[in-house]
Amino acid sequence: MTEKLTLIIDGQEVTTEQGKTLLEVARENGKDIPTICFHEATTANALCRICVVEVEGQRVLQPACIVKAAANMKVQTRSEKVVRARRTILEMLASTMDLSEAAEIQQMMYEYGASSSRFPGAERRESDVKDDNPMYVRDYSKCLLCWRCVQVCADDAQYTFAINFDGRGFETQIGTFFDKTIPETTCVLCGQCVGVCPTGALKPKREYLLEQGMSPQEISVLNSGRKRRKEKPT
Amino acid sequence: MPEIKLDPLMPAIESYIPLGRAGLLPALHAAQKIYGWLPEEVAAEIAKSLRVPLADVHGVIEFYSLFYNEQVGKKFIRVCTDQACALRGGDRLLDHLCQHYDVEPGQTTRDLSLTIEASPCLGLCDQAPAALVDNDAETNISPDFHSYDLGIPQTLVYGSIRELTANCGESTTTLAKYGDYLAFKKALTMKPEEVVAEIKNSGLVGRGGAAFPTGIKWEGAAQADAGQKYVVCNADESEPGTFKDRILLLDDPHRTIEGMRIAAYAIGASKGFIYIRGEYPYIVPVLEGALTEARRAGYLGKDFDIEIRAGAGAYICGEETALFESIEGKRGFPRVKPPFPTTHGLFGKPTVINNVETLANVPIILGKGAAAYRQYGTEKSPGPKLFCVSGDVKKPGLYEVPFGVTLRELLDMAGGVTGRQKLQAVLFGGAAGAFATPDQLDVKLTFEDLRAAGLPLGSGVVMVFDESRDMRDVLKRLGHFFAHESCGKCYPCQMGTQRQMEILDRLAAGKAHEHDLDRLQDVGWTMTDASLCGLGQTAASAVLSAMKLWPELFKDEGGRMKDEGRKEESDVLRLSKGGKKTEKVSKVSKVSKVSKPKAVKKPVAKKAVVKKPKPVKKKVTKTKAKKK
Repeated sequence: MTEKLTLIIDGQEVTTEQGKTLLEVARENGKDIPTICFHEATTANALCRICVVEVEGQRVLQPACIVKAAANMKVQTRSEKVVRARRTILEMLASTMDLSEAAEIQQMMYEYGASSSRFPGAERRESDVKDDNPMYVRDYSKCLLCWRCVQVCADDAQYTFAINFDGRGFETQIGTFFDKTIPETTCVLCGQCVGVCPTGALKPKREYLLEQGMSPQEISVLNSGRKRRKEKPT
Repeated sequence: MPEIKLDPLMPAIESYIPLGRAGLLPALHAAQKIYGWLPEEVAAEIAKSLRVPLADVHGVIEFYSLFYNEQVGKKFIRVCTDQACALRGGDRLLDHLCQHYDVEPGQTTRDLSLTIEASPCLGLCDQAPAALVDNDAETNISPDFHSYDLGIPQTLVYGSIRELTANCGESTTTLAKYGDYLAFKKALTMKPEEVVAEIKNSGLVGRGGAAFPTGIKWEGAAQADAGQKYVVCNADESEPGTFKDRILLLDDPHRTIEGMRIAAYAIGASKGFIYIRGEYPYIVPVLEGALTEARRAGYLGKDFDIEIRAGAGAYICGEETALFESIEGKRGFPRVKPPFPTTHGLFGKPTVINNVETLANVPIILGKGAAAYRQYGTEKSPGPKLFCVSGDVKKPGLYEVPFGVTLRELLDMAGGVTGRQKLQAVLFGGAAGAFATPDQLDVKLTFEDLRAAGLPLGSGVVMVFDESRDMRDVLKRLGHFFAHESCGKCYPCQMGTQRQMEILDRLAAGKAHEHDLDRLQDVGWTMTDASLCGLGQTAASAVLSAMKLWPELFKDEGGRMKDEGRKEESDVLRLSKGGKKTEKVSKVSKVSKVSKPKAVKKPVAKKAVVKKPKPVKKKVTKTKAKKK
């Protein structure tokens, strides 16, 4: 039994069912709320805060991806506060990491008038490309810590628990047990982490090699010696 | 490197194995006690024994400042360089020690005998400058560094009343001296809901900083339907300038334990935890002793017992849900709320979590009754209150007063500002607080008056700065504190604390960039409005208050305000909406280690990234089961 409820989003009265998030309700009604960390296949952690909206009566902005719609709620999806928060988060992202392959975020930056050079002299998170297995490469300079890879590797999907976090705060990075290479971990090369990565930080090895200018022939020669590893584990 | 022998490990961690993942922090502590650090083999063995994934064990070690995955010195000196100690030469002390032993801060001597590190606040602000030498507090270090106190820190208690601090000042109060748990015995003659009502009637609100009504919290947990419930004492006192809980637990542990015992009765909990910050190792044996006494006397052990959990250097674990995660053996990431702890707390069960001082109030309320308790303080802020007074005052220490005394009265009790200097500012509520100025001296110290004055009471920090102090230096340290302590979960705080620190560093160095004030505002308000937890939401509050009070601090050398509005051109890609899919951006600009933000000029289609060839064969299936 789903009960109907009515709330107001950006001045417009909308009716929806109990249990839906503000993000779902907004999207059903053609309102765009941007998201970064949110992914239908992973547990929503509300950590990127790009989906925050202003809810009347709440002291701080609320993440639309997890906050449930309630009767008579008054929601603003583009108030001044919301826009400042979104723009600043985007500007900080641009000052921190390599967004060159994060097309959706670039689009957001355009929409919110976010400047990629807002924070001159800012420390960036940079690291070397980790190319240590036949399946995918890891370029954490492009990682925006959405956590999806860690989640699908753990109990959101694969239960492999090969990766977790290094450091904390700004210095957080995705890492393995004592910085082991991927083949030394419990990784089963399922590729789910690559599939959910929004920024190209995780990339199929083949795609990476093609970008490096190798031809398909050269790549298959490179891989022939490794055929065994590409077989599915039984 | 000598081979690591695993023989001594098992006996040390054996008792934690049945706890599974929840035994992780205690096991890591036990292992580090043996080896001095956490070598890979040891971490792997713990992972195997506790059945925790290797990567997760690594993630936990990496999260906590006091766990080391590389070898450190046999002796470890942590020198506090936070606000109160800095006022008394903390930086000089660190330099002196480093020069003496020929190491850089954060480094270990070549013979592996010593590591010296700068530390965030150690909760020894009343006896600054201070350091933590292994498990001992080194306090009152003289300007020439030759004399100091070592061991358990002294207790300096002052003020106008002695309720909460009745047993403080003369070392640890044993059970014999504390006497029977009379308030608990009285509670047993009442129904649990009557106990909750008494707490509600007392008007007690949380003393950890959030000021949430304690009775409402208890009521929520009492009404929650569950077999297992918990009472947790939050002793992760880490707010810079706060040291009240250290004194309450060291000198009078039974008052807090009795408070927990009463809470357990009121809500129907069978298990309790005291989570104490890792920088208070010298309190742990005191607490263990008190718990043993309470068990012997029959107050604990049968239907309710308490375990101690030590943190490992993470301010964020004072946030209640991060604290739960930590007890559960995880990185101290705060959870999204709701659901709230009263229904979904520790291990997902209904939990009452209260600060030490809050719990210490409970036996007093039950003992004298809510009405008598309310004779202290004001209508809206009843009861006694502890203030941690530090900085440029003659008598730093813990002050117990009824709510309602003025800031001037409190500072007078503390002997006023040191030397011949005048008062410049008071930092209220700690790093997550705000500044008061001399014209606010007559503000009454109550929740309602402080709120009206725009000052947070927080955890009771009153840190005094005289006129000679460089407030830019104070702000710089605030910036460093939060950047060090952000957990990194939500974007506003993870990056905002870093950007805030960078800008405050520039300001302190007199090298501010144009528009830095503007940047600081945007970063500050974004953290305040959009962060996931209380840490991020208050990480800019002192800075924003300073901007309002002293705009001149934020001017560059020429005295020109930098707040000239946003004039920067948005240099990101200008693309027409709904642009057609083109080749994926920057196929060319590979792996380049750009140090400058890069503007992508090519138009991109919105979904470009998603459309790349998918390597995934298996579909990601969302597990229905909620994470515990």
